[in-house]
Amino acid sequence: MEHLVIIGNGITGITTARYVRKQSGMRITIISNESKYFFSRTALMYVYMGHMKWENIKPYEDWFWKKNRLELIFAKATSINTDSKKVLLDNGEEISYDKLVIATGSHSNKFGWSGQDLKGVQGLYSKQDLELLEENTKNIRSAVIVGGGLIGIELAEMLHSRGIHVMFLVREKLYWNSILPDEEAAMVSRHILEHNMELKLGVELKEILADEKGRARAVVTSKGEEMPCQFVGLTPGVHPNIDLVKNSGIETGRGVLVNEFLETNICDVYAAGDCAEIKSNIEGDKNKVEQLWYTGKMQGKILAQNILGNKIKYDRGIWYNSAKFLDIEYQTYGFVSAAPRAGEENFYWEHSSGKICLRLVYKSDDRSVVGVNVFGIRLRHRLFESWIKEKKTIEYALENLHSANFDPEFYKKHEQEIIDKFNKENSGQKLILNRKMLSGIFS
Amino acid sequence: MNIIQIEPYKVYGHNKNLEFLKKLGLTTIGIGFLFFMISLTGVSNRQTLLFFFLSFGLLTAGSIFYFTIQIKEAPAGIKNNRIFFDALTSRKAIAWLLGIVLTGFYVLLYWFPETLQNLVNLVNPLSYTLRGTAADRWFLYGSFYTTAVIIMAIRMIAKYRHNRYQIIRSVSVSFFQLAFSFIIPGILVSLNKPEFYFNYFWPLKFQYLFPDEIKYLTSSGGALGYFMIFWGAAMFVIATPVLTYFFGKRWYCSWVCGCGGLAETAGDLFRQNSDKSLKAWKLERISIHSVLIFVVVTTSLLWINSASNGKVLGTVSQGFAEWYGFIIGALFSGIIGVGFYPIFGSRVWCRFGCPMAATLGMLQKYFSRFRITTNGGQCISCGNCSTYCEMGIDVKSYAQRGQNIIRSSCVGCGICAAVCPRGVLKLENLPREGKYNQVD
Ligand SMILES: Cc1cc2nc3c(=O)[nH]c(=O)nc-3n(C[C@H](O)[C@H](O)[C@H](O)COP(=O)(O)OP(=O)(O)OC[C@H]3O[C@@H](n4cnc5c(N)ncnc54)[C@H](O)[C@@H]3O)c2cc1C
Ligand code: SF4
Repeated sequence: MEHLVIIGNGITGITTARYVRKQSGMRITIISNESKYFFSRTALMYVYMGHMKWENIKPYEDWFWKKNRLELIFAKATSINTDSKKVLLDNGEEISYDKLVIATGSHSNKFGWSGQDLKGVQGLYSKQDLELLEENTKNIRSAVIVGGGLIGIELAEMLHSRGIHVMFLVREKLYWNSILPDEEAAMVSRHILEHNMELKLGVELKEILADEKGRARAVVTSKGEEMPCQFVGLTPGVHPNIDLVKNSGIETGRGVLVNEFLETNICDVYAAGDCAEIKSNIEGDKNKVEQLWYTGKMQGKILAQNILGNKIKYDRGIWYNSAKFLDIEYQTYGFVSAAPRAGEENFYWEHSSGKICLRLVYKSDDRSVVGVNVFGIRLRHRLFESWIKEKKTIEYALENLHSANFDPEFYKKHEQEIIDKFNKENSGQKLILNRKMLSGIFS
Repeated sequence: MNIIQIEPYKVYGHNKNLEFLKKLGLTTIGIGFLFFMISLTGVSNRQTLLFFFLSFGLLTAGSIFYFTIQIKEAPAGIKNNRIFFDALTSRKAIAWLLGIVLTGFYVLLYWFPETLQNLVNLVNPLSYTLRGTAADRWFLYGSFYTTAVIIMAIRMIAKYRHNRYQIIRSVSVSFFQLAFSFIIPGILVSLNKPEFYFNYFWPLKFQYLFPDEIKYLTSSGGALGYFMIFWGAAMFVIATPVLTYFFGKRWYCSWVCGCGGLAETAGDLFRQNSDKSLKAWKLERISIHSVLIFVVVTTSLLWINSASNGKVLGTVSQGFAEWYGFIIGALFSGIIGVGFYPIFGSRVWCRFGCPMAATLGMLQKYFSRFRITTNGGQCISCGNCSTYCEMGIDVKSYAQRGQNIIRSSCVGCGICAAVCPRGVLKLENLPREGKYNQVD
């Protein structure tokens, strides 16, 4: 029987395994040194905050693996021999494979700051990081978080839930301003302050100072300020974890290099998820490293087909992402750039509460919507995706915004206010909100 | 680089003032409790009205103050912090203690009511005002129950103040408890009419279709008695299927029902303790349908017996009915259902026992427009929805596949949609085409 070996039991590895199992009886083994059973990395924060127990963040009950004949090995893969088709484990075992998937995920970035390896300094990525965090934040009162992104805000919320004072060091002029346009970034920044956290904008970390026991006691910023703290969280992004493949003959760049079928340069070896770098076949386009739960899931699904011999190219389709900044939910579909691009126009509406907003980006020429940012309102993913795909105009999107609303029942609707603003800003426009649901969107 | 100056609209957080006010609230609650204890001794019998206010009054005032003052602590949003650390909510010592106190209260109420006589006296003033007669243990129970629902509904509204579905629903359950299960039955008693609960019908209030009860209602209630029988039957035959078709079983279970009312308010503290395993689901399907069959059989037996003037079964069917009342009514829905809230979560009875829920569930699954839809590919499998499902539905197992959630047990409380950090879930009443969506 063919043997599929998957290194990494994150969302990518597990999705691959599940879809292969759906269509094939081949033997499947999944190796991980992080935890025996698959857990949701995106839910790590909730365990620390006491919203859930470890049991609750496992997407499948423990019987699932045996029932689906997915063999789990809790060990670290130390090397791959692609000639003899073997993976060596740190417990001395050797596993032979017919097909191999590398889905080893990411590591937290550290930029060589002095003091970055002190006690009380860490990133947040793995289960082990979470355990270390418990240890590092016992009985402390103040923390500094370096890097204002999606993991940074989660770490801040976690510490805040334990009554630890949080100070952010953010390089941009507003929180996550490299991705979010000014208005949205300002909204998030304001919300952080509202929660009684401190925000140092436009500064970088210079070094971390130690006390006599070798534990972090303060950070020094690029402006020379010294800020005392008992914990430093480093969350300036992640990079592909390619430790295992470095000397295996498998080609790497920033990540494990694969083509659009997620195949590496070596026959029968594949890579996907956070650790993969997908080569672009368009001249001048950059290779893609996608480090999201969603993309890991989509890649795993496609990879399964390729392993089964049904060659399919990976195409992530219309981009989307979502997150939550403390109490404010965020969704984005299509492409919204931080600074306006040539040939594109923006329509932005913000609610008087300062916690709800909507931005639609559309092409100046044919007025087709290319992207949306939405905070504090939920929008129907598939519907918006189809609008972007079908190049629906900004006018169409606004008039049918009611159909796209996914907020719970009885929530206050803002569609009329949004349309009114658009009509006011665009003299001559008299858009009328369609209060009926578009037909066919639920099937 | 130009730094944009931003000002927060408001800054939330702990401060000394707030700490003091919280302590004040808790102290008031504590003193209220103390007066319940003191009343048990009978001292209160000389000054019932005063003691009524010192116990019920302080407890209510203190709780409302304590729950609303916390609004100042943080902006509105999902704050489930520490739920799995705190002893009360994570099945540690205090949870067991509370479970024992609640269970003990039920035991006294059912089997040793004389021990509670002084507490019963405490609600005498209320009973005379409302019902024109002295209180009994059931009136005491009703007073406790209604107070708990209202206090905890206020807590619920404060906690979910950003969520209008939760606010309106909490108002609804408190209204039905107060008006339909407390005030109206009280007024009926004062008018010398049968004590009737218009928000309960067969098969939950199985007696309402028993021959003896019908005889009693018609003989002692006159025209009103006939209306009550008609009401009960119409609710079961017409309203139940029609409303369930349009809204799912939630119109009853999490908006109207009194058992649901307590679960949705006081029970919110314990929803995370429901068992989400596949095993529990299997057990649930067996047990809830067995109870339903039991009710149907009992009701039929009683009618057969009554039609034949007791010739067929003699007293057997009456005994059957009494046993049912004891096992299902007292043990299951009372002691296990409420007494064990802190251990098994708030909906044990609704999930494993309630025959009404079983009926509504079948309608919901096969006939209704209601379902929970999932938003495209947004699920991150975090598990919040499943964890906070009081019915123990593993919501995420559907959501992560993009599958609509259609489960007979879903009471439509909407908490899964509220706690989901990615906006994946929405309770919807939609045309039935596309209800059972295809997933890959
Ligand atoms: C705190 C946090 C919050 C996040 N929130 C979101 C979010 O809200 N939305 C979103 O889209 N994305 C989010 N992400 C990103 C998302 O979690 C990742 O993109 C995703 O988990 C990557 O999945 P993966 O399967 O590719 O890799 P991983 O989940 O990293 O899995 C790889 C596994 O392989 C194991 N492994 C590596 N090397 C070896 C070896 N040599 N031997 C054995 N095992 C090995 C690792 O220990 C790990 O268990 C978040 C990430 C973090 C850290
Ligand atoms: S809470 Fe939302 S994101 Fe989390 S598992 Fe449930 S549906 Fe998915």
